[in-house]
Amino acid sequence: MTPTYHEPTPAEIKTAKLYLPWGLTTQEYDLITTKLKRLPNYTETGLFAAMWSEHCSYKKSKPVLRRFWSQNERVLQGPGEGAGILDIGDNQAVVFKAESHNHPSAVEPYEGAATGVGGILRDIFSMGAQPIALLDSLRFGEINDAHTKYLINEIVAGIAGYGNAIGIPTVGGDTAFDDTYAGNPLVNVMAVGLLDQAAMKVGQAKGADNAIIYVGAKTGRDGIHGATFASAAFSDEAHVDRSAVQVGDPFTEKLVMDATIEIATKYPELVIGIQDMGAAGLVSSSAEMAAKAKMGVNLNLDLVPQRETNMTPYELMLSESQERMLLVIKKGAEQKIIAVFARYGLDAVVIGRVTADERYRLTFQAKTVADLDVQFLTHAPNYQLPSVKPTRLIQANPHQYQPVITDFKTTLLSLLAQPTIASKASLYQHFDSMVRTNTVVGPGSDAAVLRIRDTKKALAMTTDVNGRYLYLDPFNGAQMAVAEAARNIIAAGAEPIGITDCLNFGNPDKPEVYYELTQAGAGITAFAKAINTPVISGNVSLYNEYNDEAIYPTPMIGMVGLHTDVAHITTQSFKNAGDLIYLVGQTTDAFNGSEIQKLETGQITGALFGFDAQQEVTNQQGVLAAIRGGVVNSAHDLAEGGLAVALAEATFGTALGFTVNFNGTDAQLFSETQGRFIISVDPANQATFESYFSADLTQIGTVTATRQLVFNTKLSTTEIDQKTAYQTWKDALKWRLK
Amino acid sequence: MKAAVISFPGSNCDYDMYYALKNWQITPTIVPASVTDLTAYDVIFLPGGFSYGDYLRTGAIAQFSPIMQALQTANAAGKLIIGICNGFQILTEAGLLPGTLQTNQNPGFICTTTALHIVNSTSAFSSAYQKTDINLPIAHGEGNYYIDDEQLSQLKANNQIIFTYNDNPNGSVANIAGVTNVAGNVFGMMPHPERAVETILNNTDGQAFFTSIINFLNQKTEAVKA
Amino acid sequence: MYLAKIYVTYKPSILDPKGETVKDALHRLDYQAVSDVVMGKYFEIKIANDNESDVRKMVEAFSQQLLINVNMEVFRYELIALSTAV
Repeated sequence: MTPTYHEPTPAEIKTAKLYLPWGLTTQEYDLITTKLKRLPNYTETGLFAAMWSEHCSYKKSKPVLRRFWSQNERVLQGPGEGAGILDIGDNQAVVFKAESHNHPSAVEPYEGAATGVGGILRDIFSMGAQPIALLDSLRFGEINDAHTKYLINEIVAGIAGYGNAIGIPTVGGDTAFDDTYAGNPLVNVMAVGLLDQAAMKVGQAKGADNAIIYVGAKTGRDGIHGATFASAAFSDEAHVDRSAVQVGDPFTEKLVMDATIEIATKYPELVIGIQDMGAAGLVSSSAEMAAKAKMGVNLNLDLVPQRETNMTPYELMLSESQERMLLVIKKGAEQKIIAVFARYGLDAVVIGRVTADERYRLTFQAKTVADLDVQFLTHAPNYQLPSVKPTRLIQANPHQYQPVITDFKTTLLSLLAQPTIASKASLYQHFDSMVRTNTVVGPGSDAAVLRIRDTKKALAMTTDVNGRYLYLDPFNGAQMAVAEAARNIIAAGAEPIGITDCLNFGNPDKPEVYYELTQAGAGITAFAKAINTPVISGNVSLYNEYNDEAIYPTPMIGMVGLHTDVAHITTQSFKNAGDLIYLVGQTTDAFNGSEIQKLETGQITGALFGFDAQQEVTNQQGVLAAIRGGVVNSAHDLAEGGLAVALAEATFGTALGFTVNFNGTDAQLFSETQGRFIISVDPANQATFESYFSADLTQIGTVTATRQLVFNTKLSTTEIDQKTAYQTWKDALKWRLK
Repeated sequence: MKAAVISFPGSNCDYDMYYALKNWQITPTIVPASVTDLTAYDVIFLPGGFSYGDYLRTGAIAQFSPIMQALQTANAAGKLIIGICNGFQILTEAGLLPGTLQTNQNPGFICTTTALHIVNSTSAFSSAYQKTDINLPIAHGEGNYYIDDEQLSQLKANNQIIFTYNDNPNGSVANIAGVTNVAGNVFGMMPHPERAVETILNNTDGQAFFTSIINFLNQKTEAVKA
Repeated sequence: MYLAKIYVTYKPSILDPKGETVKDALHRLDYQAVSDVVMGKYFEIKIANDNESDVRKMVEAFSQQLLINVNMEVFRYELIALSTAV
């Protein structure tokens, strides 16, 4: 039968080098022809281009990823699946992963962000887990032009539009603003799910003759080559590849989610594997499932549900239409599974079978259109890229910047109004943070907390990274990102148990960028080991550049913590007048990379201040033990803006103030030394609380009933009206976005 | 006592309502919108969410679900029918409640806790409140209640307005947050009482809403017995 | 004075979840003959300019610039000349 479509011949592909725009290099193409002992046809070339893109193969970042520490006693599933899984006792498990949708969000911010939410949720429920929460880590340019405001509004609306409709609460995250992200915003979404270990599923195609079932939305021409698109950089001229835009359909995904969880829970013995059709759609999901099981697949593309007419095999395989899943179902159980999906009004179609021969075989209109070795298709050649320490790091000024505080009050109010510090309520109020009625602590705190219904347990979760720190020191900056995430979890009263990440970097072919990537990876592992939080999942987003300029290295850390008892849930707000205020940790001159340096000089320069991992661990453990001992009324981690900002924040939302006596300089109140918390304690518990610490604990003041923030330093006394500070912090972002 | 919680395709607060009801002496059942008989239930809840994605207008497609006929029958029998958020939108689209819910005055979804005033404290939905002002969560993009002047004066004359917003978050006419039909058995509100029944979730102002309903149903049962 | 009636829809290759959902609802209401539903946006914009070619240029420019997302939407429009007295 003659195909009804026209494609370049294998010979034409070779001579015209049609593979180049798809991201395959000539060396890679030659490797393919050598291995195949023939020229690949158009469809096959497309399959390789997608599967060998950085987005699908991690061919450039693998040497970094392989060194991540990802095993401990809790890990049920580490990296390499839809999401990582940790044991939380009682045969329950927590499932989580983060994913970036930076490039799609730069082109079409609403749909790019929305489909980012949809994609990460599919990763969670494809493991058989019920998604329980979403968090967003967003990075934008500074808010001084209309385009940045447009991006912020549309990206927030897109996350809200998808997350609210599907009914998974958006409970937290972090948002920061720096010029480095103006042309390349970052949209990282983390999803957390809860799983009965009996229903746990992985994406594997085991068992010859088992059925491959396609579920969900029909396939259209949307998003073709989204994976290769995510692996390319932006520039001013580019009115970028339009076909990479997809429209999200949370209504369909809600049905797909509920039906998938139902079959995973009801028929665990019939469901062999589940995988989301994400980047590189049908090819990536089916080939990866086969490869992981060391099996092959045979797919009949005529059976794939199609939204548009005259789609070619190439288009069917590469489409990134959303809300689609691929299931491997035990032979003979097909109708039972299809019936469940039918009850939800969803198409479920057997499109192929698992084979024993490790071949990836596609037929279309009764012709074989691809016949490839599965392992070869799914294992791109790995690259060892050159790495060179950037000049800015070699030549960095080792001296810490010295802030000049002439008017303490004005400086503090200006910091509270900085978009990175100011309240993000005007953004997160658009997210439904309460649906599913498990949210104990919602957006706006150090970490979000969700109780686990019918148990005493709760989960804390957070996202963190300060790209400025990594720009000055990728190794220590990455350690600090993990440390800050852990401080957030601990301040909420939970024990950190695991990490997911999104490694957002520039073009790795630049040796300086590759250096940043390897150093950051090493930093994450170093501190993750120190606090026993394995890296169980994550993703890599490279080529985050605009006009050849890389973003700050930004490895977003998503962390989950476990409360063994909901009684340990702690918030950052002061509770009672008369409570004693303690500072945990030492304060030094830590100003290079700080918010105050940015505020006073407009830039980030010098060598980053130091990181004392041992002291950080000791302080964190002390705080967690004290919280578990029941003697802590509030706990707040110190981050951007330092002690003065954290103290002010602890009064926000309350009618309280404080008097603090700080044995340091005015400037040091804004220092960003790591490893610090502020804790408030009932005077009756003073002795017990202090017994949890052997050093690095200073009582610095008391909570007061008068709404005044009183700072006494070695140099000055300042009183600031609490209401003024609160209003400044609360309204700053809202006004800037108007 | 038995309660039906109707689950439309796209409903996402059905289980929240289910769990909230389990805190009272009531047996809740999640009932799919394809069901056509509701005679077994004493009270019917339409929960929040995005039925059919809210793709045409909120509630517009759900009003044609098979269950709607059974809902009309239940209404004719004088049963309590309660719509929260998207459920309220469906009840107005179906003509079981007066008015329409439009896009918020400042467009965009809002999720926050808002103060409400109890205007009618004798209804089946408010009689157990010991105070006149409460706080409940809201989470909606289309909660702007619209009704014309003539119908508004009827609402007021019949005491059909149960809750109003103290600080109108969405532009609703006369700050209306929750209304009943003339007979007083059908009720809809945008705020979410089912999100405010547990101390651990930091808000219990929804408890008296459910107590009111249970008290009303108990009195009704006793009246029948007598 | 011209009145521009502008219709915005998704490009044919882009999924239209709203149109699909409305189509399914119409099928459930037994309008089986309905084979396709496109759901879009409709604008009526009055333009105080009597030069048709200027107005066309303007409509095309602002539709591209603001009304549509060029990555996934298309528009078409019709112009109606209004008497300036209106």
